[in-house]
Amino acid sequence: MVNIIWVALAVIGIIYALFNGTIEEVNKVIFTSAEEAVALTITLISVLVFWLGLMKIAEKAGLLLKLTALFKPIFTRIFPEIPPNSTAMGYILSNFSANLFGLGNAATPFGIKAMHEMKKLNNNQEEASRSMITFLALNTSSVTIVPSTIIAIRMQYDSNAPTEIVMTTILATIVSSIGALLVDRYFYYRRVR
Amino acid sequence: MHYILHISNWIIPSIIVIVLLYGTYKRVPTYETFVEGGKEGVSMAISLLPFLLGMIVSISIFRASGAMDAFVGLLSPVLSFLNVPAEIVPLALTRPISGTASLSMATDLIQTEGPDSYIGRLASTMQGSTDTTLYVLTVYFGAVGIKRMGDALKVGLIADLIGIMASLIICYLIFG
Repeated sequence: MVNIIWVALAVIGIIYALFNGTIEEVNKVIFTSAEEAVALTITLISVLVFWLGLMKIAEKAGLLLKLTALFKPIFTRIFPEIPPNSTAMGYILSNFSANLFGLGNAATPFGIKAMHEMKKLNNNQEEASRSMITFLALNTSSVTIVPSTIIAIRMQYDSNAPTEIVMTTILATIVSSIGALLVDRYFYYRRVR
Repeated sequence: MHYILHISNWIIPSIIVIVLLYGTYKRVPTYETFVEGGKEGVSMAISLLPFLLGMIVSISIFRASGAMDAFVGLLSPVLSFLNVPAEIVPLALTRPISGTASLSMATDLIQTEGPDSYIGRLASTMQGSTDTTLYVLTVYFGAVGIKRMGDALKVGLIADLIGIMASLIICYLIFG
């Protein structure tokens, strides 16, 4: 899918330029945009180093675990089929907290372990269980407090307030997560009926 | 709605203070730990470069040729009626499919429209508020060998649609 999008954008663009008489602009942009991407990466390094460094302190100090305890009562309701004190629940919560802090790289291994545990709870069937679907619904709507990459991009293009979108992002993410859980419930009750 | 922008600007400094004080209280070697974690940031940003570069070049060609404007122009009569800027559609379409494609689309919008423009803020919110459904499904189901996904794809895509609409409405209320 990514391959198709990538090729289509470039090829359609070049063919369109032929008819539109914009081939000069296209030629220019091929090199300037590549350079932009490198400049963007530099800005990205600055933000990611700072943020991941800070989050490492949060992790070592046990803040992630604190957060996990805070969310547990909610999660036992979101995942009624998973025993509250099981390893599966532990990994689900770790994955959620890591995502919350924007630690995508740390969240994925927790998520995979959570999936393994949920598969065990589902007698190792090859079909997705109810809890797995809920877990993925929650993950695709990604609850994040600080969208660090976007802040970096806004900095790169001289925003007056790179962080002003933090609150709108949090609000949108909360709505989409609640929406995801409701849609997930709806499909579940439709299945069992 | 101005207080929401104020809260936005206070969130990150507050997190920094909490983490640093709590870390010191728990006797974490804060500076060394920061450096250790920061190293991951370097490799993460560098490893993203080829993905981003490839996608940004492709999108830039599409935009420079005039094809992007033609595509957006095609959609705007319908969407302007709903108060939705048509420029956001390519981002909304790629968001559930590919993380780097949508990140590049968001970058392109922030660059051409300006980060503090309405579209720039909307693109920022939309990009940050959901994750790439197809990627999440592939990674998680693939890793544990689930063959039948059940309703997972449907649920994920509908959730994305909700996220996109939420971004539109929230940005309209706050920045519009």
